[in-house]
Amino acid sequence: MANKIRVATTSLAGCFGCHMSFLDIDERMLQLVELVEFDRSPITDIEHCTNCDIGLIEGGVCNSENVHVLREFRANCKILVAVGACAINGGLPAMRNHITLEECLNEAYMDGIGVENPQIPSDIELPLLLDQVRPIHEVVKIDYFLPGCPPSADVFWKFLTDLIEGREPALPYELVHYD
Amino acid sequence: MKQFIQCIAENNQHQSTHLLKMLREIQDRYHYIPKDAIEQLSELLNIPRTQIISVVEFYSFFHLSPRGKYELLISDSITDHMLGKKNLLDYLAKILSVTVGEVREDGLVSLGNASCTGMCDQGPAGLVNGYALTRLDQPACDQIAALINQQKPLVEWPSELFQVDDNIYKSGLLLNQPYVQGAALRAMIDRGIKATLAEVDGSGLRGRGGAGFKTATKWKFCSEEPQTERYVVCNADEGEPGTFKDRVLLNSYTDQVFEGMAVCAAIIGARQGFLYLRGEYLHLHDKLERILEQRRQNGLLGTNIMGVGLDFDIEICLGAGAYICGEESALIESLEGKAGIPRNRPPYPVTQGYLGKPTVVNNVETFLAATGIAVNGGDWFASIGTEKSKGTKILSISGDCARPGIYEYPFGITVQTILNDCGAVDVLGIQVGGPSGTFISNQEFERKLAFEDLATGGSFIIFNSSRDILDMVNNFTHFFAHESCGFCTPCRVGTALLKKQLAKIVDGHGSAGDVVALEELCQLVKNHSHCGLGQTAANPILTTLERYPDLYHSRLKEISFEPGFDLDGALATARRLANRDDAGAHLAQTESEHE
Amino acid sequence: MSKTITIDGKIIPFEDGQTIMDAAMAAGVYIPHLCHQPEFTPHGSCKLCTVNVNGRNCTACTFPAIDGQEVLNETQELIDDRKKITQMLFVEGNHFCPSCEKTGNCQLQGVAYHLNMLDNHFPLFYPDRKVDASHTEVMIDHNRCIFCTLCVRASQQKDGKDVFAISGRGIDKHLIVNAQSGLLKDTDLNVTDHACAVCPTGAILIKRTGYQVPIGQRIYDHKQIDQVSLATEQHKHGE
Repeated sequence: MANKIRVATTSLAGCFGCHMSFLDIDERMLQLVELVEFDRSPITDIEHCTNCDIGLIEGGVCNSENVHVLREFRANCKILVAVGACAINGGLPAMRNHITLEECLNEAYMDGIGVENPQIPSDIELPLLLDQVRPIHEVVKIDYFLPGCPPSADVFWKFLTDLIEGREPALPYELVHYD
Repeated sequence: MKQFIQCIAENNQHQSTHLLKMLREIQDRYHYIPKDAIEQLSELLNIPRTQIISVVEFYSFFHLSPRGKYELLISDSITDHMLGKKNLLDYLAKILSVTVGEVREDGLVSLGNASCTGMCDQGPAGLVNGYALTRLDQPACDQIAALINQQKPLVEWPSELFQVDDNIYKSGLLLNQPYVQGAALRAMIDRGIKATLAEVDGSGLRGRGGAGFKTATKWKFCSEEPQTERYVVCNADEGEPGTFKDRVLLNSYTDQVFEGMAVCAAIIGARQGFLYLRGEYLHLHDKLERILEQRRQNGLLGTNIMGVGLDFDIEICLGAGAYICGEESALIESLEGKAGIPRNRPPYPVTQGYLGKPTVVNNVETFLAATGIAVNGGDWFASIGTEKSKGTKILSISGDCARPGIYEYPFGITVQTILNDCGAVDVLGIQVGGPSGTFISNQEFERKLAFEDLATGGSFIIFNSSRDILDMVNNFTHFFAHESCGFCTPCRVGTALLKKQLAKIVDGHGSAGDVVALEELCQLVKNHSHCGLGQTAANPILTTLERYPDLYHSRLKEISFEPGFDLDGALATARRLANRDDAGAHLAQTESEHE
Repeated sequence: MSKTITIDGKIIPFEDGQTIMDAAMAAGVYIPHLCHQPEFTPHGSCKLCTVNVNGRNCTACTFPAIDGQEVLNETQELIDDRKKITQMLFVEGNHFCPSCEKTGNCQLQGVAYHLNMLDNHFPLFYPDRKVDASHTEVMIDHNRCIFCTLCVRASQQKDGKDVFAISGRGIDKHLIVNAQSGLLKDTDLNVTDHACAVCPTGAILIKRTGYQVPIGQRIYDHKQIDQVSLATEQHKHGE
């Protein structure tokens, strides 16, 4: 199998729930790895993706590092897929969007109950937060969307097998849900 | 306050149909609508408070929180912008020490924007406590600031500040027509009502608001309704940016307009008429009332008009800052004391209009024409114009020309002739019919004004080659989003999205797919909106995109995608709070900028 | 001979006074809708029920059926446009389905599923809207309001009250309640009012009733909204 399809995955402002759901394809994973090879992904520990066919992105964009990772995926994946509610509409992290970032940080690091040594972290190693959490399609071009919180294992399976077998991916009614 | 509100309610017979009038008085006195006033009014009128709140929050001139004792609004029409509005507004903000959109700390003055105030031939224009200000410049602003700071009552302000000129440069059939008070009614009585309707029919007169429905047909439908309580409404909610001819007609051809309404009333069998005057024309209100009173004195209004047993009177109702009320069913809602939300049609107003009764709504100019036709007969009118567009059209010409003002032409006139007459040179293009109309380029000046070619309600805004078309499109697109009533999804959300998508391209964040996305959105808003506002809101983009695709494409980046928001700007708060400004604390807008 | 219209070529009988929606639903033809319920005066604002009548777009829930009308309902163009109108409703509010009690039973979601809406297409507005949890038994989450006015109409037309109204203009439209304080607890709303049960989204919720139906058994988990809608509303349209 010299020409395996290369798949990369990552989680931005997400909870890895989508990845867990992906793993729920269970024994079908054995079939899948016959056809695909994982590049950058929590499963492989590869740090940067290169020359991939499919990139699966979980989570929205909440900080500058998310932007860099998303761009790396966009630059290196032929097909980029928004996976799950957070990637598609910001999801639960975006519920902070009606609170100003200043209030959020003050509550977390300055005035919140139980805060000791109040200070807003300023280490240059830390990514800065965006003033609002954004869905990934507002930052890079996205080719497909897999809704769900998380999308079920069947969604991943249907989508990937459609793509691998050269069909236009389509989700039947039973597989479309937003929760 | 209790007594004041009580008094207002009594003066209006506790009729909720007069809600706008009552709210205008309250706003005038307190510079907002206090909560207690809403509570009291709700009891006195026996309507839920929510009905009052929804009206207050709908109209631009009503506020739930205090505005300044002097409320200063500057017209945001593109023509005002072309005359330096932006600098003037900034200047006023500076000398009055007030932020645009806010009230000064001492509560004396507030400053804001208003949609086109209908003074495009003598801008930059504004409103102070509802009264029109014209030809604003820095010295005038200095003067205004001083008057405000001295707390001089408006009546003591110099009258030049409020001077509104007619600026009639070309008169034709209607504007040259000699007029004797009562002549049209007399002619109608002599000829007979049916015969007069036949003359209106024969004249070929079509509604002058822009849509062009045949006037006689509308009147005939209304007169044939089984309901005998009927109404006639004159639509003087002249809100289309760049239009101001009704202002002039109401100022100098007032009698003819009222007489046209009376002729219509006789034909359709109405005993009550309304003149719905846009709030921005408050300065005309007292004069109009005086003329109505004079007509009553002269037996031309009221009971037993001209001794032939006709009863008809006219009431003036003032709007409160809502473009949508120019749409006839929204106007009727507003007349009934509600938010101006267009109704579902059918039923049309001719069958179910004001209070559910048959109602004819016509434009100011239509009634003026009807007066002329009643006097002179249908042929007089029909002999001029083109096959499908009889008579003349009165135009409001503004923008880049030597003589902005009022021009009356027979239908069928070419654009080039008009440009020559008003002294326009080096013309880039013209917005015909206002933002909801069509933008034509300088390749189209042989086109004709007529329902067959360029239909127009009368707005004619000229742009010379120093102007940026996209500035204009942006101004118009903001206008529609601001004026959308919000009733239907495609217009409420669509006009807000159009604003964002256009800004993305104009601000240079657009990429390959963005013009296509813009056009798709335009079609969606156009094809699915509830009323004319939404159906035309995308016209500024569509008509310019059709003519100047390169203009849009030249703003696009040569990459496949760019965010529609400022990425680095989105980190600004975090940078400030973390006290960082290192390279890692910044983001390039696109990946390519990194390399 | 009874009068008929055709919808996508199918002959549909109707009686005078019926709208296109009435005639369609009574005949078992589903036209997507959110602001319409047969027991209330049609409103015509969501525009999901837009159909093409003799070449012109009309709102099926308000437009009268007229003998001989040729109505197009399920054209690809209309389906695509309805999907975009639904996406507009999603982006203008804050619709985070995973955190909403109505999920699985929400008509907005149901319509979106039916139209195979997989993304938001448009940029999200993330408006700043409030929650009114003041009432002991009912709450309003303004983040999810789509201004369909069903609660307004239900309160007026069924409950004989005037608890709700829509205020504001354009994109600033919002739901208000009839109390001096502006809070739901100070209105005369009762939890048994029809107005509490009619919300198509999760904007008006009855407290302590959420998440009682397990995933898999909720209204739209397996059944599409066309089936559900016809099953619950068809007989009412026939009346």
